[in-house]
Amino acid sequence: MLDTRLSEEQEQLRKTVEAFAREVVAPVAAHHDATKTFPYDVVRQMGQMGLFGLPFPEQYGGMGGDYFALCLALEELGRVDQSVAITLEAGVSLGAMPVFRFGTEEQKQEWLPMLCSGEALGAFGLTEAGGGSDAGATRTTAKLDGGQWVINGSKAFITNSGTDITKLVTVTAVTGERSDSRKEISSILVPVPAKGFTAEPSYNKVGWHASDTHPLSFDDVRVPEENLLGVRGRGYANFLHILDEGRIAISALSTGAAQGCVDESVKYAKQREAFGKPIGQNQAIAFKIAEMEARAHVARCTYYDAAARMLVGQPFKKHAAIAKLVSSNAAMDNARDATQIHGGYGFMNEYPVARHYRDSKILEIGEGTSEVQKMLIARELGL
Amino acid sequence: MQSAYGGRRTSMNIVVLVKQVPDTWAERKLKADDKTLDRASVDVVMNEIDEYAVEEALKLKEAAGGEASVTILTMGPDRAVETIRKALSMGADKAVHLSDEALAGSDAIQTSYAIAKVLDTLEYDLVICGSEATDSRMSVMAALLAERTGKPQLSGARKVTVDGGNVKIERQTDNGYDVVEAPLPAILSVVEKINEPRYPSFKGIMAAKSKPLTTLTTADAGIEADKVGLANAPSQVVEFSNKPPRQAGQIVKDEGDGGAKVADFLASQKII
Ligand SMILES: Cc1cc2nc3c(=O)[nH]c(=O)nc-3n(C[C@H](O)[C@H](O)[C@H](O)COP(=O)(O)OP(=O)(O)OC[C@H]3O[C@@H](n4cnc5c(N)ncnc54)[C@H](O)[C@@H]3O)c2cc1C
Repeated sequence: MLDTRLSEEQEQLRKTVEAFAREVVAPVAAHHDATKTFPYDVVRQMGQMGLFGLPFPEQYGGMGGDYFALCLALEELGRVDQSVAITLEAGVSLGAMPVFRFGTEEQKQEWLPMLCSGEALGAFGLTEAGGGSDAGATRTTAKLDGGQWVINGSKAFITNSGTDITKLVTVTAVTGERSDSRKEISSILVPVPAKGFTAEPSYNKVGWHASDTHPLSFDDVRVPEENLLGVRGRGYANFLHILDEGRIAISALSTGAAQGCVDESVKYAKQREAFGKPIGQNQAIAFKIAEMEARAHVARCTYYDAAARMLVGQPFKKHAAIAKLVSSNAAMDNARDATQIHGGYGFMNEYPVARHYRDSKILEIGEGTSEVQKMLIARELGL
Repeated sequence: MQSAYGGRRTSMNIVVLVKQVPDTWAERKLKADDKTLDRASVDVVMNEIDEYAVEEALKLKEAAGGEASVTILTMGPDRAVETIRKALSMGADKAVHLSDEALAGSDAIQTSYAIAKVLDTLEYDLVICGSEATDSRMSVMAALLAERTGKPQLSGARKVTVDGGNVKIERQTDNGYDVVEAPLPAILSVVEKINEPRYPSFKGIMAAKSKPLTTLTTADAGIEADKVGLANAPSQVVEFSNKPPRQAGQIVKDEGDGGAKVADFLASQKII
C-alpha cells in the first residue's frame, strides 16, 4: 500500500456525507448544542442514508462497505458536529459491532437489521464510576438463575444509552472467578427498556451536548441465558478488540474536528479585518493555520494507515493507538488555535470553533485516554 | 400499469434530463476567447433542480411498485460521467451520455435538437427535467423539447401523479397552483417545491458502478454535426463584462429620524 488516495466510490461517499453535513447537520448544530437536545431528525436521515449500516454486510441490513467507509463518514460529520459524529461512532462501533463480531447467527439476525437502519441505537457499557482505564476493575455482576442472567451494578458515561430509540445496551459484567482467581468478565446483551434497568438523568457535560450520555443502574435486571455475547469469560478480551477498532473510528472523527477548525479559520481569516486588512494577511495568523492544516493532514494519514492495516488483516494495535493519540491531540490543538484566531467571537458558544473547543477535549479521554494510548504503544515496543 | 399506447405493457419508462453545472458555491466566469462558460476551472455538480427531477422519477417508480425504469440522459463532456454516476447512485437504472466535441458551445436551441434526437432512440412515457439550470438560466428546455417531439408540455410541477395513461400536475403559480393534465408520453419540468431529494446511500454508490451507461456520439444519435456547436449556434454571446465589485453600503446615521431615512432609501430603490 503506497497510495492514500480514495477510490472513486470512496470519494463519492465522502462527498455525499460532506454535502449532508453541510446541508442537514450544520444548520441545526448550534441549536442542539445550546438546548442539549438529541438530534433525532438528523439521526433518522443518517439512518435512511445507510450510515449506521456502512461496515456491515447486506444480509444483515448493512451497506456492504467496510470500516474505512465508516471512518470517511465520521470524518465528514466530525468537521461540522462532533455530537452527531459520536452518535454514529458509538452506535456502530460500540453498539452494533460487538454483535456482528461476537454474536451468534440468531443474535445478528435479531439485532443488526434494526441497528443498521438507524431506527434503533445500541450502547456499550464498559466504564464504571470506579474506573474506565482499568476496565478489568469491573464490579457489575451477572449471575445465572433459572436460565436467566441476573445483572446488578452500575455503569458510567454510557453514550446513546438513554435516547427514545435506544433498544440495546451491551454490558460487561463479572460472571464468576477464573481458575487463576482473577475475575471472569463476560459481555451480555440487555434489550431495553427492561425491568430494573434505569438510564439516570444525563450528565452536565462540557461539550458533546447533543450526544446522549447517562449513568446506568442495574437492579436485578433479568435477561435470558442466550443473551451472553460471545464466549463466557471472553468479555474483557472481546471489548479490547472492539476498542482497538474503535480507536481508528475516533481518530477519523478527531481528524474531522481538526479539519473543521481549519475550515472555519480560513474563512474567518479572509473576512475579518484588523488594521485595515484581513487578519489572514498577517503571517502570524497564516502560519498558525498552515500548522493546523498540517496537523489535520497528519491525523488523516494515521487513521488511513491504521484502517488499511486492519482491513488486510495485519496487526494494527499500535497503529490504532498512534492514530488515536495523534489525531485527538490535533483536534484539541486546532480547536485552541481556531478559537484564538476568532478572537472574542471564538469564545461565544454559538460559533462552531467555540463548540469544537468544548467538544474536542473528550477526544483525548474517551475510548482510551492519551495516557492509555501511550501505554499501548510503549507495550508494543517491549517497554 | 396500462400503457399510454393502449397495449399491455408492464413498465413505465421515465427519462430524466440531468445537466452538469459549475458548483453554485463557486465563482463562475466566462472565458475571454470564445465567451462560453469556463467549465474547466471550477468544481462541477449536478444542476440542483435536476436532483429533484431524479427524485421525482424515483418516487414515481416506487409509486408504481417498482414497475418502471428510470433512464438518465445527459449531454456534456467526459467529465459529466461523475454527475451521471451520482444520479445512478441515487437509484436510477441506467444512463445515456451524449458526448461529442462537436456539441461544445451549443446553445439552448441546438441542445434541444440534440436531446430530441437521442429521445428518438429511446422508448419513453415521461421525460422529466428541472425547471432551469443554474448556469445558463434559460428555463426553456421543456418547452423546446415539447415542440420538437410534438409531445405535451407540463411545466413548473410541484406535484406529479401518473394514473393509467395520464399525468396530472400541480403547476406552481405566483398565487397558488393550476392543475394541468396530459396524456402520456409527455414532457415535464419540476420546481424545487416538489420533493426533498435523497442522498445516495453507499449501497447505491457501489451499485452505480455496474449500471448500464451508454455513451453516444453525435453520429450514433443521428445528429447532424453542422447543426450543433458554437460555430453554428443561432445565438452568440458577442460581448460580456464582469459584475462590478460590490460597492460599500450606505450608512444611515440615526439622528432621531433614522426610520424615515431608511424608508426614504427603500423607496428610492423602489423596494417599498
Ligand atoms: C462523554 C463521554 C462518553 C463516554 N462514552 C462511553 C461509552 O459509551 N461506553 C463506555 O464504556 N465508556 C464511555 N466513556 C468513558 C470513557 O471511556 C472513560 O471516561 C475513559 O476511558 C477514562 O476512564 P476514567 O474516566 O475512569 O478515568 P481514569 O481511568 O480514572 O483515569 C484518570 C486519569 O488517570 C490516567 N491514568 C489511568 N491509569 C493510568 C496509568 N496506568 N498510567 C498513567 N496514567 C493513567 C488517565 O489517563 C487519566 O488521565 C465515556 C466518557 C465520556 C466523558
